[in-house]
Amino acid sequence: MSGTTEKVLEARDIGKAFMGGSRIALGGVSLELFRGEILSIVGPNGAGKSTLIQILLGLLRPDSGSLNILGVDATRHRRLIAHRINYASTDLSLPYSLTVLENLRVYSLIYNLCDWESRVHSLLSDFGLSAIANRRVGSLSTGQVAKLGIAKALLTEPEILFLDEPTATLDPEVSAHLREFLRKRVLDTGMSLLYTSHNMREVERLSDRIILLGGGKIIKEGVIEDLLKNDSASDLEALFLDTVRKTASW
Amino acid sequence: MVTIGKRPSVSLFAIRPMLGVMLRQFYLYRRSLPRWMEIFYWPLLDLLVWGFLTLYLRQGSLIASHAVYSLLGALLLWDMLYRSQQSISMVFLEEIWSKNLYHLLVSPLTPYHVIFGAILTGILKVSLSSGLAIFLAYHFFSFSLFSIGLSLVPFVLALLCMGWALGILTTALILRFGQEAEVLAWGVIFLFQPVSAVFNPVSVLPPAFRDIAMFVPASHVFEGMRQVVNGGGFPGEQLMVAFFLDACYLLIALGVFGWVMARARREGFSLKLGA
Repeated sequence: MSGTTEKVLEARDIGKAFMGGSRIALGGVSLELFRGEILSIVGPNGAGKSTLIQILLGLLRPDSGSLNILGVDATRHRRLIAHRINYASTDLSLPYSLTVLENLRVYSLIYNLCDWESRVHSLLSDFGLSAIANRRVGSLSTGQVAKLGIAKALLTEPEILFLDEPTATLDPEVSAHLREFLRKRVLDTGMSLLYTSHNMREVERLSDRIILLGGGKIIKEGVIEDLLKNDSASDLEALFLDTVRKTASW
Repeated sequence: MVTIGKRPSVSLFAIRPMLGVMLRQFYLYRRSLPRWMEIFYWPLLDLLVWGFLTLYLRQGSLIASHAVYSLLGALLLWDMLYRSQQSISMVFLEEIWSKNLYHLLVSPLTPYHVIFGAILTGILKVSLSSGLAIFLAYHFFSFSLFSIGLSLVPFVLALLCMGWALGILTTALILRFGQEAEVLAWGVIFLFQPVSAVFNPVSVLPPAFRDIAMFVPASHVFEGMRQVVNGGGFPGEQLMVAFFLDACYLLIALGVFGWVMARARREGFSLKLGA
């Protein structure tokens, strides 16, 4: 585990229900993220991952529980830490009509960055996007758009980076490169990374710790090696499938 | 390990984030012919159609020349109202269409930064579109909007305020109901046209419409404009009512917008918003 003992995120008993309380999305989820740690949240579809991420990002207000991010009550004062966190998801894009460079320039202004130029060029180089810096986002491949989304998220040098299935649209080679890059970034800067993925092999390779969500609750949590040992599972995928089958309601 | 330095948060009044919203719009328009057409095409066509009509009316002396002037003046002012409303709605729609809205919501930008950036962008668009229309109206139809005199400034401001209020309200409805409601961005302003007394005085409206028109800022502006064109002097009272109504409209629109945002944070942003 590469993280420190300094908590950058602490969620306590987060509960969320929709449709007037009839559909419980999260039923008392508690988690912690430490500085310089890579934490993965995995779980089947409908487990509550997206709801949890939206709450951690401040897009959704929890019905119950508390959320402290970087020392701030994030359910009430999200704006105070919004410039210190960032987010990328394969479900999102950036304006199609703008070029790669223009998008990053716009976000530099939105995040009130002064030294944007050196950061942008360094990120373009890191992500292999320099050659297409002047191409419109609409003309890029899905993988290139995904890389640009992550570059945008790293532009602000966030203390916490939230990634929602970051490699879902990337080929294995680019995925491996991205994993290496993120791992190095975490080690070099102390950035904390919280990400969701359905790719268990990737989670196994990248994460310091995982949380397995199911039915809006944490089913398992811990360091991968410990979880595998406790369940006598050969790998994370086997552990995931076994756990999900045991807890699934169908 | 190098710990990332803490930076100050983005203030509610920070200029650079608003410039970011404007720069995004500038890039969008810079290389998009259809978007430029949207700024110039309709105002130009409207001007030609109504301009030719006024030429015809003037030739035949069918109506008094000041009434003819009112038509073109009303057209130019109405277009400013329409553009200012659209400029707000379009900024949000562009973000929804490009699946970028979530990125903005996660950023330190507040929706009010976006609205203010949209207002500034809208002022530039209205200046371009109306500037060309005013120029053409003068050269082809011998009508100068500036003949209205100094009253023109408060007229324009009152109409822009109404447009912004309707733009914010429309945006709130789009955020609430998703992209299905985007037709409002183009249609909502025309709901107000019959009771705005744009081309006709309020007095010719049926009683029910006349009552509604009392509560529409634009109707007071256009009545005021006719008063000036007819030589009736500065319409101070009409303008005061118009600005009072504008303030009410803006407060209501911002209230609805705030309510929609709070509701979205409670129940989640509509999945129909391109995320």
